[in-house]
Amino acid sequence: MATFLSHETCPTIKNILLLDSEGKRVAVKYYSDEWPTNSAKLAFEKSIFSKTQKTNARTEAEITMVENNIIVYKFIQDLHFFVTGGDEENELILATVLQGFFDAVTLLLRNNVDQREALENLDMILLCLDEIVDGGIILETDSSIIAGKVATHSIDDGAPLSEQTISQALATAREHLTRSLLK
Amino acid sequence: MAQPLVKKDDDRDDEADYSPFLGIEKGAVLQEARVFNDPQLDARRCSQVITKLLYLLNQGDSFTKVEATEVFFAVTKLFQSRDNGLRRMVYLIIKDLSPSADEVIIVTSSLMKDMNSRTDMYRANAIRVLCRITDGTLLTQIERYLKQAIVDKNPVVASAALVSGIHLLQTTPEIVKRWSNEVQEAVQSRAALVQFHALALLHQKGLGLFDPDQQNILLNLQIRQNDRLAVSKLVTSLTKGTVRSPLAQCLLIRYTSQVIRETGVNSQTGDRPFYDYLESCLRHKAEMVIFEAAKAITELSNVTTRELTPAITVLQLFLSSSKPVLRFAAVRTLNKVAMTHPMAVTNCNIDMESLISDQNRSIATLAITTLLKTGNESSVDRLMKQITNFMSDIADEFKIVVVEAIRSLCLKFPLKYRSLMNFLSNILREEGGFEYKKAIVDSIVILIRDIPDAKEGGLLHLCEFIEDCEFTYLSTQVSFYLSRIPSYLVALCFSQILHFIGNEGPKTSDPSKYIRYIYNRVILENATVRASAVSTLAKFGALVDSLKPRIFILLRRCLFDNDDEVRDRATLYLNSLGDGSVAETDKDVKEFLFGSLDIPLTNIETTLRNYEQNPTEEPFDIYSVPREVKSLPLVEKKAPGKKPTALGGLPPAPTSASDAYERLLSSIPEFANFGKIFKSSVPVELTEAETEYAVNVVKHIFDQHVVFQYNCTNTIPEQLLENVTVIVDASEAEEFSEVGVKPLKSLPYDTPAQTFVAFEKAEGVPAVGKFSNTLRFTVKEVDTSTGEAEDDGVEDEYQLEDFEVVAADYILKVGVSNFRNAWESMDPDTERIDEYGLGPRESLVEAVNAVISLLGMQPCEGSEMVPSNSRSHTCLLSGVYIGNVKVLVRLSFGMDATKEVAMKLAVRSDDVNVSEAIHEIVASG
Repeated sequence: MATFLSHETCPTIKNILLLDSEGKRVAVKYYSDEWPTNSAKLAFEKSIFSKTQKTNARTEAEITMVENNIIVYKFIQDLHFFVTGGDEENELILATVLQGFFDAVTLLLRNNVDQREALENLDMILLCLDEIVDGGIILETDSSIIAGKVATHSIDDGAPLSEQTISQALATAREHLTRSLLK
Repeated sequence: MAQPLVKKDDDRDDEADYSPFLGIEKGAVLQEARVFNDPQLDARRCSQVITKLLYLLNQGDSFTKVEATEVFFAVTKLFQSRDNGLRRMVYLIIKDLSPSADEVIIVTSSLMKDMNSRTDMYRANAIRVLCRITDGTLLTQIERYLKQAIVDKNPVVASAALVSGIHLLQTTPEIVKRWSNEVQEAVQSRAALVQFHALALLHQKGLGLFDPDQQNILLNLQIRQNDRLAVSKLVTSLTKGTVRSPLAQCLLIRYTSQVIRETGVNSQTGDRPFYDYLESCLRHKAEMVIFEAAKAITELSNVTTRELTPAITVLQLFLSSSKPVLRFAAVRTLNKVAMTHPMAVTNCNIDMESLISDQNRSIATLAITTLLKTGNESSVDRLMKQITNFMSDIADEFKIVVVEAIRSLCLKFPLKYRSLMNFLSNILREEGGFEYKKAIVDSIVILIRDIPDAKEGGLLHLCEFIEDCEFTYLSTQVSFYLSRIPSYLVALCFSQILHFIGNEGPKTSDPSKYIRYIYNRVILENATVRASAVSTLAKFGALVDSLKPRIFILLRRCLFDNDDEVRDRATLYLNSLGDGSVAETDKDVKEFLFGSLDIPLTNIETTLRNYEQNPTEEPFDIYSVPREVKSLPLVEKKAPGKKPTALGGLPPAPTSASDAYERLLSSIPEFANFGKIFKSSVPVELTEAETEYAVNVVKHIFDQHVVFQYNCTNTIPEQLLENVTVIVDASEAEEFSEVGVKPLKSLPYDTPAQTFVAFEKAEGVPAVGKFSNTLRFTVKEVDTSTGEAEDDGVEDEYQLEDFEVVAADYILKVGVSNFRNAWESMDPDTERIDEYGLGPRESLVEAVNAVISLLGMQPCEGSEMVPSNSRSHTCLLSGVYIGNVKVLVRLSFGMDATKEVAMKLAVRSDDVNVSEAIHEIVASG
């Protein structure tokens, strides 16, 4: 676990959590050492989950505060996405990270975003988290770039296309499409 | 390629709980990890196993040192594979295993090879992994590659190197600082996020330079200057549209605020450097940037209304956004602004009111509390109506915030106590947890204490509350009991309420009406509450003679209670109050039964603990408990640790410091009958810093008395001071006569303690004067090795500085939110106007500040801020004069070419004499 950087100025993410509909972990990342033990982490996840459980965060990202942390969150199917930051952090930056994560996962899971699919492709989820934030510092927020980085990793050394999975091929195609649209 | 766990079967209906990791076990997975050692690597299978390992780590499983080392060594073998997907997983698990230094060496060469690979993804990831796990020694070897990577044409590689640089700055700043040129180049990058990361690193580097451990202060200052220039250059060069990412723009806004903080307002023009830049960001196309800029503006120190306006305007637009995050961000910021500039936020009130019904309850609560801060007297009733609908569907934690906001609103507009008190008593009866109920009861108690008019109504509300609870307890079980609050807590709460009714009830116009409520408790409640009720009844009996016969009848009935404590109390009271006779109860008896315990409870606790630990035949002697309050709890120290609660919370209760003083002084019997403190000054230092004894004084003003509280600290470890007093020479304060001294028994090293001197003065008169002080004490030598003091001491004195009691000590700073309304609601006949020449002054600012501090009143509506270069200015002040007389002051200043300042002073108050007194203060000041 990287130690939490006490940057006063740089936008900082404290953690990204992906929980299931019972509040259990699918994948979590802590960038702050505020929660030193696993039980502290679980308690934090529990309080966030129970506080947000009854809200409707399915169309727009929602927001609340827990223990002086800002929590932005979004739900889809049986998956609950959370991004948290300190109480001085710009809420909209956190929301952008959340949206990046959420959309990248949607791309990678080919719109079948649910717990089962996420667990079956846990490697992709973990790589995705790795590409969004590094030690609390935002690496990338554009979902198509994030998904692209996760999915295209076998293209560089010219692995034959047949070895790519359908998901990768799709994601690659989608990425190329978005890029060409953006130009 | 690794897509190990994908199963594309669609028949998932009958296995709702299906998980690919069902029944996963650490031991088995560690066994599986042996495939890493196979001569013929199966990349897909290896990836699967790594994913399982990562899953275990992610779920909170931990590996023992041996297990982690074994896995790590096995993983290093996987660098042989050329499979890209597998390599990515290897990078991930190396980071998660956080290997020790001697293990790192094993992978260093593999990672360094990847850092120079022609594959961008390898380069970027290898940099991040290596920088994460390495210590400083290795860094010098790879520094060359990192510098190259910063200017790599692939943005992912450049970002990886820059972000790693930001992390490394924490551990090895001296190396990262050498990368200046490359970072500067990266700031100009065309890739949006590279620019952001470069900017972040650049500034972190700047901060690194200020580390006081490494630089002497002089050098430090110089660099700071240079750095400011550098940042301002940076800001200037980057504001021309070359900043590509909104994130970078936000960062730039934060740097700019930092530069503004360090430079302050230009005293000549009154302008802030870079304010224009912040303002221009309000028109940026990204909401993130607009909000960052608006937030930065609201957080500027001493921000003026003019500066605030554009920021408030954009925040107001956000209030009606369809995105909850945006609404939340805006309302939270406005809520903070409302604490310091309530007037600036009133424009948003309409939008704010519509947020009360927001789906997101955090937003609704913030909106309500903001409205409570900005609302004026006339809008209170309408607001309360809206809140009533809202309260039923929010969680307790939000309700508490609202209750606290209502309490401060009521203290602000005492005239509105009726509707606010009604509101509190209504919600008291609705469903809710203990903390929430307690917050309501506490609020009612505070309002009863501070608003005399509210006393009778408030007491009845409390009575009805305990009555209703009983009712619901027996029948429908709503209210208190539904929330399954432990009954001892309910009893505690009831006992507190009964105690309070006992203190306040007898002082009301018709004490008899409370008796019924109290006696009902004796009939219906459990033993704890019954006992409290008996004491409360007795209090009424002792203090209200006309009620005595009836009370006696009730008390006699309690003699047959089935609880010992209740019977004992009833017997005690009946006997000591003079059973049966209507004769006036002896004053000593009253004092004995109902006098407040003048010993701090914590002291009793410590003494009792000691008594218990040293078993002795002697009975416990209450007089052996020290009466001094150990140290001032609230005044000097701020509560450590956590910031105020979520949701921006409330401003810290303005009464907390004075509450502490109040408690401190009322615990001293000599001062107990002085009444309520009107005002306590801020501490005035009477010694230079770093002298042998540090003393400061707090002036407590009472109606007829003044008490000086000398806070003393002994800074010499070898000394113990005893019998510490302050000898006050009041020859230059003729209107005061000394009435009491409270010496300090002992003053050990580094333990602050207080001694007091009390003076009497004519009632309600703002007497002024100068006081000279000498500290007198007995010094005893202390052996620092054993901590024991010698038996014999020497008398000594120590000269302290003089201080004065001035007119401002008699005026409380109490603001009004709408000065014009307040002014016009006051009787024009009380107005007194005069003009004064203030002589030549440097600037109008100086003149305005001088008058404000002379009067010690609260400037309203930000009118203390004088626009630069203005030749005239109007300043509005508000306050409460001793005797609880509201005073409003309107000051008009003018300055002529020779810098001669003239001032017109208009005063309105509830009492003409006070208006005149204010003029006298100014005339003599």
